[in-house]
Amino acid sequence: MNGQRTFFYQVGTFAVGNRLLDPAMRAGQADPDRANALTSGHRACQGCGEALGARYVLDAAMRATGGKLVVVNATGCLEVFSTPYPETSWRVPWLHSLFGNAPAVAAGAAATLRAQGRDDVRVIGQGGDGGTVDIGFGCLSGMFERNDDVLFVCYDNEAYMNTGVQRSGATPPAARTATTPVVGDRSGNRFGQGKDLPVIAMAHRIPYVATATVADLRDLEAKVAHAMSLHGARYLHVLVPCPLGWGTASGDTVRVARLAVESGLFPVFEAEHGEVTAVRPIRRRVPVADYLRLQTRYRHLFTPTRCDDVLDAIGAVAEDNIRRYGLIEHRDVEHREVSP
Amino acid sequence: MFAVRIHGRGGQGVVTAAELLSVAAFTEGRHAQAFPSFGSERTGAPVVAFCRIDTRPIRTREPIAIADCVIVQDPTLLRHVDVLAGLRPAGSVLVNWAGPVDQLELPPGAVAVAATQLALRHVGRPVPNAALLGGFAALTGQVRLESVLDAIRGRFPASLAAANVAAAQEAYDLVRAECEERQDA
Amino acid sequence: MRSQIEGSRAVAEAVALCRPQVIPAYPISPQTHIVEALSERVASGALHPCVFINAESEFGAMSLAIGACATGGRSYTATASQGLLFMAEALYNAAGLGLPIVMTVANRAIGAPINIWNDHSDAMSQRDSGWVQLYAESNQEAVDLHVLAFRLAEELSLPVMVCMDGFVLTHAVEPVDLPDQAGVDAFLPPFRPRQVLDPVAPVSIGAMVGPEAFTEVRYLAHVRQLEVLDRLPDLAGELAALTGRRISAVTPYRCDDADTVVVALGSVLGTLKDTVDELRDEGLPVGVVGVTAFRPFPVRAVAAALAGARRVVVLERALAAGVGGIVTADVRAARPGVACRTVVAGLGGRPVTRASLRAMLLDAVADRLEPLTFLDLNREVVDRELARAAATRRSGPAAENILHDLAGGGR
Repeated sequence: MNGQRTFFYQVGTFAVGNRLLDPAMRAGQADPDRANALTSGHRACQGCGEALGARYVLDAAMRATGGKLVVVNATGCLEVFSTPYPETSWRVPWLHSLFGNAPAVAAGAAATLRAQGRDDVRVIGQGGDGGTVDIGFGCLSGMFERNDDVLFVCYDNEAYMNTGVQRSGATPPAARTATTPVVGDRSGNRFGQGKDLPVIAMAHRIPYVATATVADLRDLEAKVAHAMSLHGARYLHVLVPCPLGWGTASGDTVRVARLAVESGLFPVFEAEHGEVTAVRPIRRRVPVADYLRLQTRYRHLFTPTRCDDVLDAIGAVAEDNIRRYGLIEHRDVEHREVSP
Repeated sequence: MFAVRIHGRGGQGVVTAAELLSVAAFTEGRHAQAFPSFGSERTGAPVVAFCRIDTRPIRTREPIAIADCVIVQDPTLLRHVDVLAGLRPAGSVLVNWAGPVDQLELPPGAVAVAATQLALRHVGRPVPNAALLGGFAALTGQVRLESVLDAIRGRFPASLAAANVAAAQEAYDLVRAECEERQDA
Repeated sequence: MRSQIEGSRAVAEAVALCRPQVIPAYPISPQTHIVEALSERVASGALHPCVFINAESEFGAMSLAIGACATGGRSYTATASQGLLFMAEALYNAAGLGLPIVMTVANRAIGAPINIWNDHSDAMSQRDSGWVQLYAESNQEAVDLHVLAFRLAEELSLPVMVCMDGFVLTHAVEPVDLPDQAGVDAFLPPFRPRQVLDPVAPVSIGAMVGPEAFTEVRYLAHVRQLEVLDRLPDLAGELAALTGRRISAVTPYRCDDADTVVVALGSVLGTLKDTVDELRDEGLPVGVVGVTAFRPFPVRAVAAALAGARRVVVLERALAAGVGGIVTADVRAARPGVACRTVVAGLGGRPVTRASLRAMLLDAVADRLEPLTFLDLNREVVDRELARAAATRRSGPAAENILHDLAGGGR
């Protein structure tokens, strides 16, 4: 920006148009020569947050590594919708082994690259929340503690969507899934359960941990680029709404992701070596009900009667996040200063 | 085929003793097979190791039930373990014991050597295995002392090897003298 | 070079001669000495640029090997028993993906009840995993099989399991001749994978395959396995030029004119051969067939080796509860119509002694052997436990009851 400060005043979305930016600062997706690592034609549902997230993550990583990337994928939606062979949407070297071993397979790939002196080729492992926080957790934790040279990306849609929306360790309280039904006085997933994987990752003191959402794709790209500038074990946890599993409109994916952040339910931050280094502040806090109401997995909280006690309990979760991460350090603003 | 069974306790180098004995026989151009009684015994628990020596390749893998020689690294085992089980009538017994051998209920041919004391004096630790191997060479003549000493030298770092070699040498001399004395008697 | 060396150390030396690039490992008895020795060599720089990885589990270890191999690195690991079972999903995956990983299995029983001693339950449980399975009779054979395994695996893009009896071989110190580095280098060229994760030529590996092609993919896996039997003689010949020792899928011993032949795998063959020699000296026409390649199963070679036999005894080091023998089924298929008895022996480390084998063979020759025999079974403790279970509903844990009986407790 040649030192010039630019103010973006936009209404509602906080989105920034590329046309206002210096070409070097433009989004990776604005580049007509982008890698298209996950190219068109795949079989993801309309409005799939995971497909959106994976495309941005991998293209950003391809840009950061000069196209020298190897990708290992856990079993799950992303794997299934991307490779209905003989078609494949991957334009990167890509391996799917099992549901629970993607972090280890990725670490094995990194080991060979090290043994062969091909340090310029980098490795990304990726999976959904089931493959990350549940069945793949042992391998992930092993990869973390050994500080293997892998960026692992979790596309978190908060349940086992590939198998038909069952509860995972990342399913939030009160959410209805096929295995946390709303029956009688049972109100979806229980409170007081679940894993906070970014924090668990931080406890391994690995070089880099970050969270992001598909609501702020510039932020997502920047975090991938930063992650690829580092070596050792890195973890990126991306919230990716699932229209099918969440019961949201296909056109609302980005909006719902944004509300998850703005309600305080999904803190967006970065941490290095176990210490939080940056937090994306909530710019205009919204009540959790605004976020929940758009999703049929929470419909039981609003009809036939509004469950204020449950909504308050979810609100307390948001409040706790806000306090813990200092998500509201500044007064609510509708404009933000950006400097290069 | 000459079959040796070594009884001791975990931590006394019983398995190492069998291995060293096999190496000594191997360096003399014979075939040898050493293996432990396999278990999850911790330090102090009774353990057994085996060594077969032959002029032909050894194929059998069964534990040694019929022994030509039994080495007892810890005399307290005599109260708990039938160390003499399957010992051939003319078989040898070498026991780590500082007192007169007739204090122990062993066959008449049994020979005692104060291997722990020798180890403490030369090595500084109560590991009687090397000394007993020296004694074994003198008692049975199955391997030469020099082969045992070479096996020890090949296994341990120089200073530790030298200490164990000294213990084995002294045990060899003591047992040899004892055997000669008995022959004369 | 010939030396008096522990089996595990000898195998580690052999693996090192094969210049592995990635060795992920997780400790489990009785394979630990192998990977300990390799980690030492990696740490000392002797195996440079090999990477040794302390995995978080056997599942992790095999998964690391999968990633390493798919990226073009020569990959090796070792495991046993529960560890092999913990790997099971990844084993099928490695085979399905056609990744030529080499693994030592230090054969050990599977619990419950937990048992660290030797039998073949572990490897037998994975016989259909798509891995080639080679069983070593001695530490010398284990060494030779490892060198062969890397070549075979990489040439055919198949993972190979070298099975060696836990403790009986891994912890035995005996003479082993190791080939020299130049010879192994000549025998085993650098790994040239059929498929590899490479940014220069990106491919997708591990896609979903539906009903339209799954049968064909599996059929090819079968064909690929059978190719092992075709290639093995040539490769074994090449290796024999280096070592002077020839590996065969099947090795008959004193089978000429033998009307009773025992089929077995692994280290029990040594004791068995000694027993057969003894009986031969007494004029009994008995022989032994050692099966080195169990997967793929060398049907023709086994049939040929058993061609003259009137009675076949399959000595099994594992048990398929509810059926009996495991190897027996394959032997029967190779020699249909011949009386085939199963003897389950040496489970969970029970020594297989010459005395018991002799008695069993005498029974076999006299046609006194039951279709399924448990060698050295303590019938008394079994009957007592059966009686206990019949007498009272809450009879307690069977294994603990039996141990109590054996200790003279009696209940």
